[in-house]
Amino acid sequence: MTYLAKPKLHHPDLPQNRLGYTRRDYEGTVSTLCAGCGHDSISAAIIQAFFELAIPPHRVAKLSGIGCSSKTPTYFLGQSHGFNSVHGRMPSVLTGASLANRELVYLGVSGDGDSASIGLGQFAHAMRRGVNMVYIVENNGVYGLTKGQFSATADRGSKSKRGAVNTDSPIDLVGLALQLGASFVARSFSGDKAQLVPLIKAAVEHRGAAFIDVVSPCVAFNNHPGSTKSYDYVRAHNEAVNRLDFMPRRDEVTADYPPGSVVDVVMHDGSVMHLHKLAADYDPTDRVRAMNYLAERAARGEVVTGLLYVDARAEDLHYHLGTVDAPLNSLGERELCPGAAALREFNAALR
Amino acid sequence: MQPTDISHPDYFHKVVDCQWACPAHTPVPEYIRLVAQGRYGDAYMVNWKSNVFPGILGRTCDRPCEPACRRGRVEEGNGAKPEPVAICRLKRVAADYKEDIRPRLPQPAARNGKRVACIGAGPASLTVARDLAVLGYRVVVFDAAERPGGMIRSQIPRFRLPEEVIEEEVGYILGLGVEFRGGTWVPSMKALLDEGWDAVFVGTGAPRGRDLDIPGRKEAAANIHVGIDWLANVAFGHVTAIGRRVVVLGGGNTAMDCCRSAKRLGGEDVKVIVRSGFDEMKASPWEKEDAMHEGIPILNWLVPKAFTHAGGRLTGVTFERVKATHDSGGRRHLVPTGEPDQHFACDDVLVAVGQENAFTWIERDIGIEFDRWGMAKVDPLTLQSTHPRVFFGGDSALGPKNIIWAVAHGHEAAISIDRHCRGEDVADRPAPQASLVSQKMGIHEWSYDNQVATDARYRVPLRDLSRALADIRVEVELGFDRELGFAEAQRCLNCDVQTVFADRLCIECDACADICPMDCISFVANGEEAELRTRLRAPAKNRAQDLYVSGGLKTGRVMVKDEDVCLHCGLCAERCPTGAWDMQKFLLEMAQAGAPCRSRPAPRKAA
Repeated sequence: MTYLAKPKLHHPDLPQNRLGYTRRDYEGTVSTLCAGCGHDSISAAIIQAFFELAIPPHRVAKLSGIGCSSKTPTYFLGQSHGFNSVHGRMPSVLTGASLANRELVYLGVSGDGDSASIGLGQFAHAMRRGVNMVYIVENNGVYGLTKGQFSATADRGSKSKRGAVNTDSPIDLVGLALQLGASFVARSFSGDKAQLVPLIKAAVEHRGAAFIDVVSPCVAFNNHPGSTKSYDYVRAHNEAVNRLDFMPRRDEVTADYPPGSVVDVVMHDGSVMHLHKLAADYDPTDRVRAMNYLAERAARGEVVTGLLYVDARAEDLHYHLGTVDAPLNSLGERELCPGAAALREFNAALR
Repeated sequence: MQPTDISHPDYFHKVVDCQWACPAHTPVPEYIRLVAQGRYGDAYMVNWKSNVFPGILGRTCDRPCEPACRRGRVEEGNGAKPEPVAICRLKRVAADYKEDIRPRLPQPAARNGKRVACIGAGPASLTVARDLAVLGYRVVVFDAAERPGGMIRSQIPRFRLPEEVIEEEVGYILGLGVEFRGGTWVPSMKALLDEGWDAVFVGTGAPRGRDLDIPGRKEAAANIHVGIDWLANVAFGHVTAIGRRVVVLGGGNTAMDCCRSAKRLGGEDVKVIVRSGFDEMKASPWEKEDAMHEGIPILNWLVPKAFTHAGGRLTGVTFERVKATHDSGGRRHLVPTGEPDQHFACDDVLVAVGQENAFTWIERDIGIEFDRWGMAKVDPLTLQSTHPRVFFGGDSALGPKNIIWAVAHGHEAAISIDRHCRGEDVADRPAPQASLVSQKMGIHEWSYDNQVATDARYRVPLRDLSRALADIRVEVELGFDRELGFAEAQRCLNCDVQTVFADRLCIECDACADICPMDCISFVANGEEAELRTRLRAPAKNRAQDLYVSGGLKTGRVMVKDEDVCLHCGLCAERCPTGAWDMQKFLLEMAQAGAPCRSRPAPRKAA
């Protein structure tokens, strides 16, 4: 961390997006996390993704729970709506907010403690309901705020900084998300923005529950030999199944790829994901095979990253519930109190 | 690219743009920090050691440092008008508010028996005298004028540089046991050499103002004056008035001094008329601004054709209007536009169209070779002429430049003279002294103020125009007061506090690249420089600024830092979990004549 605010000066050639904003306009206040924290890199990736998508900052709601990861929304999108919920309760607060105002972009930021321990139930239901959100877990396998105990995502057999060996089975949030019906599931690494930024952009444009598990080394308590969430371990065991180029609907597709190497996935709004295959036999539209593939690779100690599963035609919670198209705060008295005739009609339908 | 060799003193020296640009290589950020701390005497001594005339230069320097200042580049795209730090005027702050520094001046060593003659008492000679007198040389300075100072005294108007500042700073040098023989014209170099001086230094400047030989010059001679001669007459009180309408010919700094002086001696309608365009004028931008601020118009693209006169008296000047064209070789030519000639009526003309050297007193058969332009052949590094005992410096060495160049020449010539007198090889030049010291005090604490001020450049307060124009001896600029001086000093980016990278400690967490406000830092695959410059977080378009390239990192990539617009805010180092980045102060002091430059200490290895 630093005590200084980041100087307002910026590079003379700093580019602007369609809205006339620079990347710096998507920053928040300066981070108070430990120097070198992977979470700060994820914040930088979020800033880059929202800048590149040219999303008006005031149309974004960022929600989080408790923990190092859940502090980070202060450090990006300083002009967006924010809500720090009770520990592990971000998904239900976000679900409520989303139901009330469906027009905002919802970004849930959580950690392995917040989502895999105290908030595991909340996580599960947000996934299975298909809440239209981006759910990012900043996964470092350790409780950093309480000085480095194993979290629920720590691998069995991995070592703590003090040398203790973890004997518990890990929770694989990606596996859970796939099983629970999330329609966009990805894993990435805080140290690989080239992979992470397009994934966040695609997740923002995806309709439905988009889950990204980001391995994010804890420099203070989980970046030592024996850890399976350290910079060195993840770099050595990272098996990316594909590389993503995200083409928003507005952009003309100009890229030219050798045939057979790329799978194009068209999203509900017409945006296109170009998936460069890195693992020849991997098909990110087949949920069952994806689950098997992940299980096999996890057993070998590999960290599989990339876009692992996507259902581009998924429906979200609003569709399932048949909610009104407009945000609730835009409804006037006439829509909310349609009158005695409408009440009679409604009551008659229940008889 | 190969990893950057930061142990070579030039690498970090170049990052300190102001110091690199300064002919004398004054450690600018070092004294600006001292000014900010209110340590004016310390700031003055840093300057005094390096550039000898802090109070004089703080008012009159050509400031090559300021166009080079990183602050100007950093403010591009960030504010209305990008401007460098007011380096020159902060030097004046140090001079204005210092305590009595006389006890801190060096004591001359015991006389070593060597005698050195300096011809001309301008800045080059006085620098030689200072450097050598301290070492025990007996130095005698000759000048045709009664008082020492050379062009500092004769050509710079008193409203820019008060007499007492000259007295003070020239006095410090003469106080070191330097003998001044004023009113003494040296008629013959041969006779001088025959007197057996161990070395002779020629610092006679460019004392001859170029004249303008066009029709009417002779007939109207009474009211046509050569600029630098006229300025000298004004400075010494021989001239106290000028006609009501004055035309100044020429676009250099001398022309600016002439027009502003004329405005104070009765010139009501004073104009500067220049052959070239406004932007191509040789005068510094701020000197042009100062003249215009005093209500003096500058007219461009007008070539003087003739002086008009009636009854033996000047009536005006006729000009031909021209424009610039470029031939196929890119050379610029001024061609007439064909418009009718313009006539400007006036009572006096000041001709400030250039200066020349004059070496009538140096015999051509005593071993000093001259080139076809009448300049002595001088080694630009050692300043030695083809006669081993004769050295040149300042405007008389390599043509008209300015005070700070004269000082730089003086230091180098003093080294050469010292080596020559000790029988050492003059061509063997001593390396500068460089040190690199970590500024880390605590986890987020540095021994420099790393918070970057966003203030725009502060204006130097001026005396009320009506008062300033009423008296030619009243200084126009009031200088910064302490508060303004502090605020302006805070604009300095501390470019001498270097970002030093240790590749073996880096874990490639990206923290530095993420926090860097100027997108200077990238982690990328290595490549050839031209191609690498396009692949960074922000393209490195300023090729004059180096890339700092690390050795290979664990992922096979390299760290590349574009030095161009780094704020030296230290956030990369504050965010680095492993201490791979550190902020280290690079202090480079040029070698000066004396013990350290007689041996050759290797530059200290970077940490």
